[in-house]
Amino acid sequence: MGARDQHGTGAPWGDEFRAVGKSLRKIEGLSKATGEAVYADDIMLPGMLHAKLLRSPHAHARIVSIDTSKALALEGVHAIITGADLPICYGVIPWTKDENALAVDKVRFIGDEVAAVAAIDEDTANAAVRLIEVEYEVLHSYFDPNESLVRHEPAIHPGNKHGNISKRVELEFGDLESAFASADVVMEEDFVFHGSTHAAIEPHCAVARASADGLVTLWSSTQITHYVQREVSRVLGLPQSRLRVIQPTLGGAFGGKSDPFSLEFVVAKLALITGRPVKMLWTREEVFYAHRGRHPMQMRYKTGIKKDGHLTGVEATITIDGGSYSSFGLVTTYYSGQLLTGPYDFPNYRFDSTRVFTNKPPCGPKRGHGSVQPRFAFEIQLDELSEAIGMDPIEVRRVNDIGENTKTVNGQRVTSNGFGRCLDEVERASEWKTRRGKLPLGTGLGVAGSMYISGTNYPIYPNDMPQAGIQLKVDRSGLVTAFTGGNDIGQGSSSVVRTILCEELGLDPLDVRVVAADTDLCPVDLGAYSSRVTFMVGNATIDACRKLRKQIVEAVAAKWEVDAKRVYLGSGEVFDTEQRETKITTREAFEIAEAFHDTLGSTGAYNTPTLGGDYRGGSIGASPAYSFTAHVVEVDVDVETGMIDLKNVWVAHDCGRALNPMLVAGQMEGSAYMGIVEAVFEDHKVNRFGLHSGPSLLDYPLATALDTPELHALIVESIDPEGPYGAKEAGEGPLHPALPALSNAIYDAVGIRLRELPFTPGRVLTALRAKAALDKETKGASC
Amino acid sequence: MLAMSTPISLELSINDDRVRASVPAHWTLLELLRYELGLTGTKQGCDKGDCGACTVLIDGKPQLSCLILAANAEGKKVQTIEGLQPAHRKAGGVGLDPVQDAFDRCGALQCGFCQSGMMLSARALLNENPTPDRTEIRQALSGNLCRCTGYTQIVQAVELAIAESTGAEPESPSWSDGNPWKSTTSLSGKNGGDA
Ligand code: FES
Ligand code: FES
Repeated sequence: MGARDQHGTGAPWGDEFRAVGKSLRKIEGLSKATGEAVYADDIMLPGMLHAKLLRSPHAHARIVSIDTSKALALEGVHAIITGADLPICYGVIPWTKDENALAVDKVRFIGDEVAAVAAIDEDTANAAVRLIEVEYEVLHSYFDPNESLVRHEPAIHPGNKHGNISKRVELEFGDLESAFASADVVMEEDFVFHGSTHAAIEPHCAVARASADGLVTLWSSTQITHYVQREVSRVLGLPQSRLRVIQPTLGGAFGGKSDPFSLEFVVAKLALITGRPVKMLWTREEVFYAHRGRHPMQMRYKTGIKKDGHLTGVEATITIDGGSYSSFGLVTTYYSGQLLTGPYDFPNYRFDSTRVFTNKPPCGPKRGHGSVQPRFAFEIQLDELSEAIGMDPIEVRRVNDIGENTKTVNGQRVTSNGFGRCLDEVERASEWKTRRGKLPLGTGLGVAGSMYISGTNYPIYPNDMPQAGIQLKVDRSGLVTAFTGGNDIGQGSSSVVRTILCEELGLDPLDVRVVAADTDLCPVDLGAYSSRVTFMVGNATIDACRKLRKQIVEAVAAKWEVDAKRVYLGSGEVFDTEQRETKITTREAFEIAEAFHDTLGSTGAYNTPTLGGDYRGGSIGASPAYSFTAHVVEVDVDVETGMIDLKNVWVAHDCGRALNPMLVAGQMEGSAYMGIVEAVFEDHKVNRFGLHSGPSLLDYPLATALDTPELHALIVESIDPEGPYGAKEAGEGPLHPALPALSNAIYDAVGIRLRELPFTPGRVLTALRAKAALDKETKGASC
Repeated sequence: MLAMSTPISLELSINDDRVRASVPAHWTLLELLRYELGLTGTKQGCDKGDCGACTVLIDGKPQLSCLILAANAEGKKVQTIEGLQPAHRKAGGVGLDPVQDAFDRCGALQCGFCQSGMMLSARALLNENPTPDRTEIRQALSGNLCRCTGYTQIVQAVELAIAESTGAEPESPSWSDGNPWKSTTSLSGKNGGDA
C-alpha cells in the first residue's frame, strides 16, 4: 500500500468532524423527489429508433438457419442483426469469455438472444421480430446441476475443457481429520439454497448514438461503466477512446447490472449501422431472462465443535448451478468457500465447490455475491451445534469471534473487527436473554452472524493501475467539481464523495458538484460491485483533496507571507492560526490560489495493498477491510397454515465509521429486507421444459410494505485503520445473516429446522408434520 | 406495426394544465405521459400492473397509469410527480411538498425509481387522512414496490411529514438518539429543500 493510500482515521483539520458523521441529504435526492432525475429510458433523442430482440424458444438448440428477409421488408424496419454481425465473444472475467451479444451457432436457454431489429417504433420492431424465421436443431437440455456434473455430451459450451463443469475450486487448510477427531460433537448435513433474482424496479435500458466522426455514445443502466466500455468497444472493434459510456441515474441494480448485457452491444451496433440513435428497453419478462441472480447451491457442511464452544474444523462440498454462461462464475466459485472464514476462528477448513452449466438463465452476482448461500448453511449448523453442547447461540458466536488484527485460516488479513459489539447490540435490542426460548409457541427469535469484503484486491482483469481514480476542478466561483468513475446506483456513492470534499476543504454541500460514471469525463474507476465504493473511491477522494488543499494553503501562505503551517482551511473560512483576525472565505482562498498556481485541479487514486493467501486463488476474497454483521430475527409461525409472519429484524453492522449514518442505515435496512424476503417469497426457477416459472413481479412476488418486518438498524463503528476516516462497507454485508437467523428463529418458534429454501407454507407444514410424528414416536417409545 | 398506430386526438388535464395530444389509440396513459408529453418522472417498472412505479393521481386517487388507456383519462384530473411541487406552491406553500421534502431528508430516495409513485400514494393518503398510524401507512403504500429501502425510511418519511404538520416530535430511528432529520443539505443549517 502506497503512502498515498493512507490518510488517518480522525477529523483531518481539527478536533471534530464537520461533515463526516452527519446525516446530510443525498446529493441527487431532490432531483429524484421532483421527478427531474434522468434514467436511461427517460432519454429521448431526435430521430431515435427502437430496438427489440428475438429470443430463443428452446433451452438448448443449434441454430440451423435464420431468415430475416420478411422482417426486413416490413415498412418502418431499419436494420436487423444476428450473431454473425457481432461474432466476438465477451464476458466480464477475461478467462471465461463465453457470451455473444446475439447467439452464434447455438442457444443455451429459453430467452437467449438471437436477433435484433431496429425500427421506427416499438410496435413495428415487435412485429418484425415475429417475422424472423429461425430453424433450430433441438439438443438435450440440462436443468439438474447434478446431471451436468456427470454428463458432458452434448456440452453446453463445446469449447470448454471440462465439459459442463464451469469451474471447480478445492482448497484445504489445516488437518480436517484430527479436527473432527478432537471435536466433542460433529454434525454433517445437507442444505439447499434456491435461486433468487435482483428485481431492481428499473428494467435494463440502453441508448446509443453514433456521430458522423465515428464516436459512439452509449447510455446504459449499468453499475460498472468501465467494464461495459472495455467489452463493447472490443466486440465492436472500436478503440476504447471512441466509445463513451455514460450511466444515467440508475433505478436499482444489486449486482444485476454488473455484467455487460446484450442490449448494450446491440444498440451500439445498430446505431453504427443506421446512423440514427437507437434505444432498447427490456420488458420485465426479459429482465427475468437476463437474470445473473443468486446461484442455487446444494451444500453439505460438516462441522466439529468442542464442549467449550470452540469450533475445530469445517468441511464443505458445494454444487453451484451456474445457468447457461460463466458471468462472474469463477469468482462466485471461489467466494462460496473463501468468504466463510470469518467472523469465526476455526483452525481447519476444506471446501470443494463446483459450478456447472445448465440450460437456464445465467446466474451471477447478487448482493452478497457467492457467500450468502454458504452463510445460510453454516449459521444454521452453528445453531444446531450450540444446542447440542447446551450453549447459548450468541455465546458460541462470541467464543469463536476471530477478533481484530489477525489472519483467517485461509490467510486473509483481518484488521478492524466490531463483531463482538454487533452481537452485544442485537442481544440487547431484541431482549434476547429474557425472551429467547421463552416466547409462546409460534413465536421465536434466532441469531446469525457474518463477515463481508470492502472491495477486493482482485481487479477482474490484472493490471497495475489504480482501482479508483478521481479528479477535482476548482475555480474562483467557489465551486468544486469532482469527476469520479464511481457508479452511484442509489447507494449514495456520489454523496460520500461530496461529504469528503466538504470535510477536507471546508465547503458547504451546495458548493460541491459530483460528475460520475461518464467515461469521457471521469477517470477510471472499477464501478459499483464487491462493496468497494466507499472504501476505494473514498480514499481516492481524500487523496485528491489533500493535494488540492496543499496548493491552496501554499498560495494563501505566500500571499500572507506566513508559514503554510499557520494557514487553516477547513471550516468554510481560511485564517491565520496565530492571528485569527486575518481571515478570508474559502472562495477568496480559491481566487488567491488560482492567481498563484494558474488553473487549479488535482487527481487522487487508490489501490489496495498486496493481500491474500500464498496459493492459487489466495487473493480472491482478500479485502483491505472486512465488515461484520449480526442479526436477530423475530418470527411468528402459524402452525395451522404454515404461514411465516416476519415481525422484527435487529441488524447490527460494523461499518467502520458511518460517514453518513442515515445512508448507512438505509443500506443496512435494504440489505436485511432483501435477505429475509428472499427466504420467504422468492424463487427463481424454470419448469421442466426450461421455461421460466413466472417472469413477472406477480409470479415472482416481491414483499410489499405490509409483508416487510420492522427493521432496526444498529450501527457499530470499529474505525478501520485504512478506510476513509475509518469507514468500511455497508451495502452487502448486512444481508447475509437474515436467512439463517430466520431459520433459527423458526426453530425457536415451533421446533423445526428448515435447511432448504424457500420457506414456503408447504415446507413448514411438512416439517411440522414430520416433527409431530417423531414426537409421537419418541413419546410412544418412552411409554 | 405502423397500421396499428392510428392516432387519436385527446384533450386531457395534466397537472392542472389543459393538454392536447395525438397518440396511437392503444397507448396507455403511462406511454402518453412519458413518451409524448415528456413527463418522465412517472416510471415504468413492469407495464402490467404489478409494481406501482407508474402510479399517478387521477381525481386525487392513486392509479396505475400503465393499466389505463390514455383515452380513458379524458375528462379526469391527472397529477404526476412533476405536478406536486407546483401545486404546493400554488396553494401558498414554499419549497417542496412536505412529502417530497421528508422523503429526501429521511434518505428514502435510494435509487428513486419507485419513489414518484410512492410519494404520490403517500400524498393521496395524507390528503384523505392527515394522521394515519403506521399500519395505515403501510397499507396505503402496499401497492408500490420498493427494492432498495426495505420501506423503513419511507415509513419514517411519511411519519416525519405527519409529525411536522401536527407539531409533534417524530419517533427517533433505531440508529440515532434524537431526531437526525433536522440537519439537511447545508452544514450551516439552512434548509436545502428551500434553496
Ligand atoms: S409499471 Fe405500472 S404497475 Fe408496474
Ligand atoms: S428507492 Fe429504489 S426501488 Fe425504491
